[in-house]
Amino acid sequence: MKILVTVKQVPDTSGKVAVNPDGTLNRASMQTIINPDDMNAIEAALALKDELGCKVVAVTMGPMTAEGMLRELMAMGVDEGLLISGREFGGSDTYATSQIVAAGLDTYGIDEDDIIFAGRQAIDGDTAQVGPQIAEKLHLPQVTYAGEVKKEGNTLYVKRMLEDGYMTVKVQTPCVITCIKELNTPRYMTVLGTEECYDKPITIMDYPALQNHPLIDPTTIGLKGSPTNIFKSFTPPMKGVGQMLEGDGKETTDKLAGILAAKHII
Amino acid sequence: MANNFNSADIGAFKNVWVFCEQRQDSMMPTSYELISEGRKLADELGVELCGILIGDNVDGLAKDLGGYGADKVYVYNSPLLKDYTTDGYTKVICDAVEEFKPEILLVGASNIGRDLAPRVAARLHTGLCADCTHLDVDLNGYIEFLKTGSSLDIEGTKFESKLFDVNTNLKMTRPAFGGHLMATIVCPRFRPAMATVRPGVMKKRPYDEAKANAVEILHPEFTLTAEDIKTEVLEVVKSAKKLVDLIGADIIVSVGAGISKDVEAGLKLAQELADELGGVVGASRAAVDAGWITADHQVGQTGKTVHPKVYVALGISGAIQHKAGMQDSELIIAVNKAENAPIFEIADYGICGDLFKVVPLLIDSIRAEKAAK
Amino acid sequence: MILDAKHTLQQKLFREFAETEFTKELQEKLDTTGEFDWDIFKKMAKYGFTGIKIPKEYGGSGSDYLTYCLMIEELARVDCVLSVYANTSNSLGGGPLVIAGSEEQKKKYLPAIASGEKIMVFALTEPGAGSDAGGTTTTAVQDGDDFILNGRKTFISGAPVADWCLVFAKTDPTAKGSRGISMFVVDMKLPGVSCGAHENKMGINGYPTSDVILEDVRVSKDCLVGPLHKGFSIAMKTLDGGRLGMAAQAVGVAQACLDESIKYAKERKQFGRPIADFQGISFMIADMATEIAAARELVYNAAALKDANMDATTACSMAKYFAAETANRCAYKAVQIHGGYGYIKEYKVERLYRDARITSIYEGTSQIQQVVIAGNLLKK
Repeated sequence: MKILVTVKQVPDTSGKVAVNPDGTLNRASMQTIINPDDMNAIEAALALKDELGCKVVAVTMGPMTAEGMLRELMAMGVDEGLLISGREFGGSDTYATSQIVAAGLDTYGIDEDDIIFAGRQAIDGDTAQVGPQIAEKLHLPQVTYAGEVKKEGNTLYVKRMLEDGYMTVKVQTPCVITCIKELNTPRYMTVLGTEECYDKPITIMDYPALQNHPLIDPTTIGLKGSPTNIFKSFTPPMKGVGQMLEGDGKETTDKLAGILAAKHII
Repeated sequence: MANNFNSADIGAFKNVWVFCEQRQDSMMPTSYELISEGRKLADELGVELCGILIGDNVDGLAKDLGGYGADKVYVYNSPLLKDYTTDGYTKVICDAVEEFKPEILLVGASNIGRDLAPRVAARLHTGLCADCTHLDVDLNGYIEFLKTGSSLDIEGTKFESKLFDVNTNLKMTRPAFGGHLMATIVCPRFRPAMATVRPGVMKKRPYDEAKANAVEILHPEFTLTAEDIKTEVLEVVKSAKKLVDLIGADIIVSVGAGISKDVEAGLKLAQELADELGGVVGASRAAVDAGWITADHQVGQTGKTVHPKVYVALGISGAIQHKAGMQDSELIIAVNKAENAPIFEIADYGICGDLFKVVPLLIDSIRAEKAAK
Repeated sequence: MILDAKHTLQQKLFREFAETEFTKELQEKLDTTGEFDWDIFKKMAKYGFTGIKIPKEYGGSGSDYLTYCLMIEELARVDCVLSVYANTSNSLGGGPLVIAGSEEQKKKYLPAIASGEKIMVFALTEPGAGSDAGGTTTTAVQDGDDFILNGRKTFISGAPVADWCLVFAKTDPTAKGSRGISMFVVDMKLPGVSCGAHENKMGINGYPTSDVILEDVRVSKDCLVGPLHKGFSIAMKTLDGGRLGMAAQAVGVAQACLDESIKYAKERKQFGRPIADFQGISFMIADMATEIAAARELVYNAAALKDANMDATTACSMAKYFAAETANRCAYKAVQIHGGYGYIKEYKVERLYRDARITSIYEGTSQIQQVVIAGNLLKK
């Protein structure tokens, strides 16, 4: 048994975001982080590893510099890395990305008792699409929004969160589970982990390594193979500056209450 | 997949479809919002608007979809479809799309819609744009939207394309990078163009009784067996605690990191002010992440998008992620200690001061104002 | 120094841990109660902080001195006393055993202190012997296979929470100065061992300090660490590393002073503009940043020398001396920039000012460092 976890390196949108004059993101000026929901996926995998002693493999698609992220995950306890990287894969939308990642996972090998964990969504795109689309491409069952995962043999019991409650879903391995932050609190790296992570194996899969896979076709990957295209991108408008009320005392709040009354809000 | 289905044969596709999500036999309000929006798109294209309704014995829900604008509702009933399963719903929808070939398929961006739509898009081999906040077919309408909805220089922007017809392709606009950027996505080479739409974003049309009575309800044949469904729903539990209805609220009083000094007192003040105004309490991501308040209160990019009549931000600095979820509120009031807090950039009225001092005074002032009436 | 990928990753670990786990509430609790917080100690141990300088075969991570310095610096940047939590086992508590312990002793003690299961502290200072360790009056008299210890150790950091204590005692009363001193591991639960009252300290509250009193304490000769009468020279070897850690701690405290000052100077307005706009303030900030950068280079360089097994005694003393004085100067400026608010406990710089003060005193005062530096320069 092993656990494969799909992860993504993303720009840290919680900090300052630099936008180029043409409305695209200035990625070079931004810090990259491991996508937060993916950390919950990693923690879910490592918790099962603690319990069952299985191998955990972190899988990502991105530039070769994503190795740094894989090392960090290895310092937390991940055993192996799989880095899918190639110019041919660049510009992929979620559909094309899921084809490529699915091909990478399939090439790596998925056994009957394996689990694939993914984060719910990435903070750069916020689409939540790649996890389910990987599942579809691999013909595996999926459970998204996992708030609790229990494993008994090859059966998983997943508490799948809904806006107004939850459902408990039973599913057999192999399957894809996408994780939300309520699932767990990710651990830190350990000091020993940081010392040993550079000796752990990383498999690199480039285009030649995957080109014979049935899912990989020049017409379905990369920018050209992506069903969606960006028509325009732009920054949201600045709302007209409002009024600062002078002071912070009773007079000020009286004035505000007066405004609310005049607008028939109270 | 049917042998003759080809998602790239875009000329073969026609009509606008909306997946109408129901849970435990009651319609999710977002379905009406989507039907209303779908009506606009269908009119722009001059085609029919159809709902697709899946469940077990859910015909009774179809009429109201007509009331909000649907011409037809395709209903798929089966005990196997009583509770949502990815596999069951995906198969029914994909088979229906292959049979009827709609050119647009809209899905609500609920936890279920966001599970279903990507799976459907992957199976059909088509494009999907997640969490849209604006949809257009008509180019002029799109340009009008950009005039107020973007900081683009409209005069200096080219809208023609050699690759596709900009007048008939669905233009799907959504926030990206935490709301720092907006992107308009097209799906020019495949059909249906699919979009999930955030709850609360699209406005419901007025209910039309005549249209409701005129809606055509169809029951196409379909095949679904228990073996098609790989997951089993053991139970569905409604949250015992009533979750806050931010989207339906007219007035929201939200708290952020500024209450850290005394979280309990800060939350109490927000609740008091909300009670006084007849609203509910929301929160920034900072407050939710700190564990001060549950996630159903979260407003913003990763929380809920709201546009209440009044939005009061207490101790919220106004990170762009937060603004993305509330900047379309009709009236924004902000109280913050830091004079240069970004929230003041979008606030209609700002008070620079300590919320622990200002809010009790404001509650007094409101009470006095009410008493004077 | 430009950090390599591994050290950058480690810095990230320490920073994330400290910024997340060392909450304001915890910091305030430590400062006001002065009590040891076992939860945070266990958590730091769980992630390997207490075993960083202990070799892998004894349960640590066997990391280098640069990693150790990065840890102490990043932890101290958020809370000075919590950097002490992670320090003891890696410097004066575990160091002498790593250098001079027998295989049995290493196996017995090191895994337990690396994992945080046990705490070992270091007891050299006496009421009459501080900077001058030669004045040691605690005695250990051989009695068959045992030694009988008598004496009083003072200002022993961590003594009230320790399981074991490394005690320096005179075994050869005829030898002069620092000669004739031996080192023993003393179980704190042995009959005759007691702790004095907790010292009421100015800063680094939350890591209790007290005297250790030894009254006819009988230990077996298995507890002797290193050769008889040679304890002081072992102690000297570990002091280098200890000084380096405290130098890194001083850099962390100084950096915290700078961080707080920058934040405050931008927020605080006087005469209608942020005080950062005034040169009187901004130049203080420029000075702080420059001195901290210099101190950090001295620390990292000394660590690199030690990691390369080169003579680092002078470099460690220079780093400790300069970093500690920098921390004190930065703390002074940080409080000054904060004005009246810097003098009240609501602001972090008030505590930083008190915490910074110890850095030029313990593990060799600044004056002792000067003695070491000058001595090495002038003896030849």
